[in-house]
Amino acid sequence: MIWDATFQLVLLGSLLIGATSGTLGAFAVLRRRSLLGDALAHAALPGVALAFLWTQSKALPVLLLGATVSGVVGVLIIEAIVNYTRIKADAALGIVLSVFFGGGIVLLTHIQQSEVGNQSGLDKFLFGQAASIVRADLYVMCIVSVLVMIAVFLFYKEFKGLIFDAEFLSALGFSQRVVDLLLMGLIVLTVMVGLQAVGVILIAAMLITPAAAARFWTDRLHVMVLVSGILGALCGAMGVGLSALAPRIPTGPVMVLVATAAFLVSVLIAPRRGVLARRMRLRANALRENGQHFLRAYLALQTQDKQKVVLVDLAGELQLPLYRVRRLAKRLARDGWVSLHNGACSLTELGHKEADFVVKSHQLWEYYLVYRSILEEDHVDRPADEVEHILTPEIIEQLETILAEEDIDIVGDIHKAHSGYRRTGKDE
Amino acid sequence: MSEFWGPFWIVLAGALAGASCGLLGAYLVLRKMSLLGDALSHAVLPGIVIAFLLSGSRDVIPMFIGAAICGVIATVLIETFHRRWRVQEDSSIGIAFTALFALGVVLITAFAGQVDLDQECVLYGEIAYTPWDRLFWGEWDLGPRPIWILGTVFALNLAFVLVFYKELLIASFDAEMALSVGVSAALVHYMLMGAVSVTTVAAFESVGAILVVAMLIVPGASAYLWSDRLKVILTLSALMGVISAIAGYFLAGVWNSSIAGAMVVVMGFLFALSLIFAPHYGVLGRFVRQVRLSLKVARDHVLLKLLRERESQRVSALSWGDLVDTAARWVSGIAIRSLMWQGLITRENGHFSLGEQGVIHATRLLRNHRLWESYLNQIGLPPDHVHDPADALEHFTDDRLREEIRAALPNIATDPQGKRIPEG
Repeated sequence: MIWDATFQLVLLGSLLIGATSGTLGAFAVLRRRSLLGDALAHAALPGVALAFLWTQSKALPVLLLGATVSGVVGVLIIEAIVNYTRIKADAALGIVLSVFFGGGIVLLTHIQQSEVGNQSGLDKFLFGQAASIVRADLYVMCIVSVLVMIAVFLFYKEFKGLIFDAEFLSALGFSQRVVDLLLMGLIVLTVMVGLQAVGVILIAAMLITPAAAARFWTDRLHVMVLVSGILGALCGAMGVGLSALAPRIPTGPVMVLVATAAFLVSVLIAPRRGVLARRMRLRANALRENGQHFLRAYLALQTQDKQKVVLVDLAGELQLPLYRVRRLAKRLARDGWVSLHNGACSLTELGHKEADFVVKSHQLWEYYLVYRSILEEDHVDRPADEVEHILTPEIIEQLETILAEEDIDIVGDIHKAHSGYRRTGKDE
Repeated sequence: MSEFWGPFWIVLAGALAGASCGLLGAYLVLRKMSLLGDALSHAVLPGIVIAFLLSGSRDVIPMFIGAAICGVIATVLIETFHRRWRVQEDSSIGIAFTALFALGVVLITAFAGQVDLDQECVLYGEIAYTPWDRLFWGEWDLGPRPIWILGTVFALNLAFVLVFYKELLIASFDAEMALSVGVSAALVHYMLMGAVSVTTVAAFESVGAILVVAMLIVPGASAYLWSDRLKVILTLSALMGVISAIAGYFLAGVWNSSIAGAMVVVMGFLFALSLIFAPHYGVLGRFVRQVRLSLKVARDHVLLKLLRERESQRVSALSWGDLVDTAARWVSGIAIRSLMWQGLITRENGHFSLGEQGVIHATRLLRNHRLWESYLNQIGLPPDHVHDPADALEHFTDDRLREEIRAALPNIATDPQGKRIPEG
């Protein structure tokens, strides 16, 4: 089978790459440096080719050194263009990315077409070939990964400050520029480690995609860093595993596709921020809202002598088709708020309580808006309507306390005569 | 292929691609949409590959359809990630185009036997094969196929830019104004994106997916450094595309390398030249302007110093050491020499004094300074705070402004410190 020593080596290498780029990607993405990683990686190509041309060596450390130098030069040029000319950041990024890459292509084809050497080892840097990882390469990767991880661990607080409150960071006495440079340096290292297996064109995705996926699972930075690192490692391993099935296919694109799949799954199923969770929350809200509207319509139609209300009347009041009102009534009956009697319904004890609460929250909110002079009396109904559904009993209680503390006494419906709030107590 | 026609077709293909991309690229740069161009050119790859797989040929029509569909998918994905799923914008772009590009590469390698396409074509393009890739009408040989494709696209782009010149101009510079005169900025945006997609696909075969980005952005950005006028920017941008094609072809011969890559390197070189030598926005131009400005300030200060000295102590000459501004010795030295050369100041026995013309100049400056001090004082600045701002403003005050300030002040003879405001 494929579980031989070589494969284990390759697997370990891609695990490392994934974990490193995932971990650091979390910071890169939050600091909005993700596309800079892309530019950096493309800019590394001429460095690889030049290193080979000068040394005639295909040893990974040599090539990576060349890559690092030209990548850093590229990023410095971007900074200089943005700072000293009218060219904006996006164009500067695009220019450096494509021109450096063009230069890289010129050098690669030159090496390929002249007799200097066998270039077959270099083009793996374009799309990545994890299978070419040998033991010595693994050592290099290990060292760099461990360095990156240690740096992340040591400077976690500084990075956190940089991302969320750069001014606070400066106030604490750290130079924002130094921390930013440190982060950039780590991004450089990470990109370089991934070059061999993922390639210059797609390595940026290993920084961006796992981190963006992790963002859906949590709001806490350290959790996000962890999730992103683990996701990255899994993507790396799975990418290598999958591409081992079809050896012709370069590993980089496969890893990126696996990462994209992980991103899409996260988008779908992540709790709270995920699309499904959001949709369910919206649906629950809508149901609640409809139920509360139903109760208010019921109260409006109910009279002293007649406790039952016909569903057709409710449909008219709610301006909804009858079938939907019927469905709503059935659902409310299941919740124990109403009891159904053949095309009509009446509120149960529980239903009355809920209805009272709804009416009260509507009224309280109206009074609050008027009292605080936020809106005029004849303008408060609609906003109150929108907000009443999300008022929890705790908020209602607070509203009551606020109005009570200000010595406001509520009398009846704000829209009817002889009602309104009046001040009681000391002022008068 | 003859000695002349082979290179001619290749250069023509490159020039057409460069000019087509350059025309649109100028707008991308102006509208800060360079990265969208980048993303789009990567993202159309799977569409092109699938079109190849399904049609089994290099027909243009399926290729355009496939690429167009992919382009739309990419745009929709980016919008969905960003607006609906609230992923940051840069990450959205990054995720969408890398995913689609990865898909394209996997498809190419997985079906390598069945498609007449390989990784190299994606990266370098096949511009070198232009002369041999013929278009036939029945039995008739109509010439190289890429020329026809790129020529058509160039004509379309040129027509697009000419016909919608005003709309593109307004929508690019002032979206609100566009709305008020009835130009839909959104429609212009989508038309531009459509044109970029078509151009990308047309250029793809010749120069590859990634180098298209360079053709789109680099000439546009270079031209943007030379001028503020859209017409000039467009012309320059297209022209630089053409120049790069010609120079790139010959350089590729010298370097024995990919032609498309060499074209991009030339573009980068042209950009670097623009960056340095562009008159107004170039680094050199800015430097010269800065030097001239500090020289002017230094000259003014020398003249003022001599005049003030003459006014207060009745000493009309100062030694070099007294005159030179120790904080900017170098500029100050040049300023003194240039003033001497123009005869505004004279030197006798190592001491400098104002010449006849120098007195006039210096008096005007002193008048500026003291008028400004009075004016600043009148609008509420305390007398001990007016000197520094007046010091900065005195250099940039011409005759008209000076008299306007004079008119805005009550009839006074002295500045807030009680010094006489000279006439002049």
